Amino acid sequence: MSPSLNDTILIWTLRGFAVIAGAIALLIVVFLILEALPVLRQVGLWRFFTDASWNPAEELYNLTPMLWGTLLAMAGSVLIATPLGVLSAVFCQYYAPPRISSLYRRLIELLAGIPSVVYGFWGLVVLVPLIGRLHPPGTSLLAGIAILTIMILPTIALTADASFAKVPPDYLRGAAALGLSRWATVRGVVFPAAKSGLFTGLILETGRAIGETMAILMVCGNVVQTPKSLFDPMRTLTANIALEMAYATGNHRSALFVSGLVLMGIIVALVAAAEVLKPSA
Amino acid sequence: MSESSFSTASNRQFSTWLVWAIALFVTTIFLWILSDIIWHGARQLNWEFLTTAPRSAGRKGGIAPIIVSTALILGVCMAVSVPVGVGTAVLLAEFTDTENQFGRLVRRSLDVLAGVPSIVFGLFGNAFFCKTLGLGFSILSGGLTLACMVLPILIRSTEEGFRAVPSHYRLSAAALGISRTTTLWQLLLPAAVPGLVVGLVLGVGRAIAETAALIFTSGYVDRMPESLLDSGRALSIHIFDLSMNVSGGDANAYASALVLLVLLLLINGTAAWMAEHWLHRRITPS
Repeated sequence: MSPSLNDTILIWTLRGFAVIAGAIALLIVVFLILEALPVLRQVGLWRFFTDASWNPAEELYNLTPMLWGTLLAMAGSVLIATPLGVLSAVFCQYYAPPRISSLYRRLIELLAGIPSVVYGFWGLVVLVPLIGRLHPPGTSLLAGIAILTIMILPTIALTADASFAKVPPDYLRGAAALGLSRWATVRGVVFPAAKSGLFTGLILETGRAIGETMAILMVCGNVVQTPKSLFDPMRTLTANIALEMAYATGNHRSALFVSGLVLMGIIVALVAAAEVLKPSA
Repeated sequence: MSESSFSTASNRQFSTWLVWAIALFVTTIFLWILSDIIWHGARQLNWEFLTTAPRSAGRKGGIAPIIVSTALILGVCMAVSVPVGVGTAVLLAEFTDTENQFGRLVRRSLDVLAGVPSIVFGLFGNAFFCKTLGLGFSILSGGLTLACMVLPILIRSTEEGFRAVPSHYRLSAAALGISRTTTLWQLLLPAAVPGLVVGLVLGVGRAIAETAALIFTSGYVDRMPESLLDSGRALSIHIFDLSMNVSGGDANAYASALVLLVLLLLINGTAAWMAEHWLHRRITPS
């Protein structure tokens, strides 16, 4: 049976849409490279890591302090959010009575939906002054880690919850028949069975922590320096783009696209590492 | 023996205590954020705030033009992303084998797109829509940038909607000799509407929450937009600007944050309600 003319038109229209949808990721990379090329040609990639400082007005382009800012904020928040999120999911699945459990799940979903600018605003007016009382100025790496933790916690909690829900009930019955306590079941049976889902959650939250811009810009103080302590203000790669893009021209603008490329590079490396390291289910 | 059973028992108690404490901690923080925004925002919020223009850089006055701009940006975003997204989802779900190279390529590309940080979308939108296509800082640029951003979410849930349609629909239609176009329009699309609507709602939620992708695509101008080529300030950018760049803007920032939160809660509530009550129901012969 040969397809009708209508069907052929339909399929080619759909293919057209799919080409557009599929091409966007490629377009993004192409445009980042195009816009980054002028400065890369002039000063080379190497100087983005070896220059004395970040001062585009004087042709100095060191991104490393901001790279450290991004990595430290990411590491801190992932380290705290992962146990909190996973145990939140454990609470939902194995400890809470059904009514509380569904309420708590709804709450985490709401938490996931709050926009980053609202988190940032709350951090700025509530959290930063609190930290400032402890150790001025308050806008700091610590504030950034705290806000990021709250923001990525729902991501890991919801993925962990979904992967716990997929653990075969037979496993749990087997554990119960062996007389294992609830905690021993969770640690010895549920975690190993759900590890691939937990791993996906870890990758998702890490990506979110690296890419977050507004909230971290609002609470971190944005001084270009490698933070020496938790109370030092600092600036992340994402915040740097958001802060300077408005007035950047020429090489400066181009350098911001280089930091965009670096961000994309980190995300791609993360996804690649995930594919290599992913534990088999 | 007795010692080890004792340690297991205290271990058990400790773990139960720990898990409950964490849940309580997370709940407290959430309620803290929410009550802070509601408490401070509700005092500023009234009809006048929603219907007048901002004065003195937003310290006084309301957010009427900002609501209009936000709605226009969302409108552009959805007008572009829905046809492209639904079209792609239909192709992936109905007309492509899982082994198909093209389909795989598109899926992989969408996975990458879903992981792109929003600020990078902003860079791209600025370079492509504002500069290369010459749209400048405008509602159109902002909406198109957001459209790129919400595509992966939209496609994923629409595709799931189509996959939830039982395969005997397609087989029966084919057996009756109905063309695939007619099958799609008359049978599959109506049956897949729940997935589509949930995707739409999630997409709107993501788009309305976005700030970073809009700062240098749709811009900062807080006047009432006259066309899609005017720059317009989204609600999230208004909050950002008031809290960071305008001293004394906190009160109105709180009120704007409350407006944004209420909109989002409504949107997410709708999505959750639909997912629960509607998505699992399939059209059945009555």
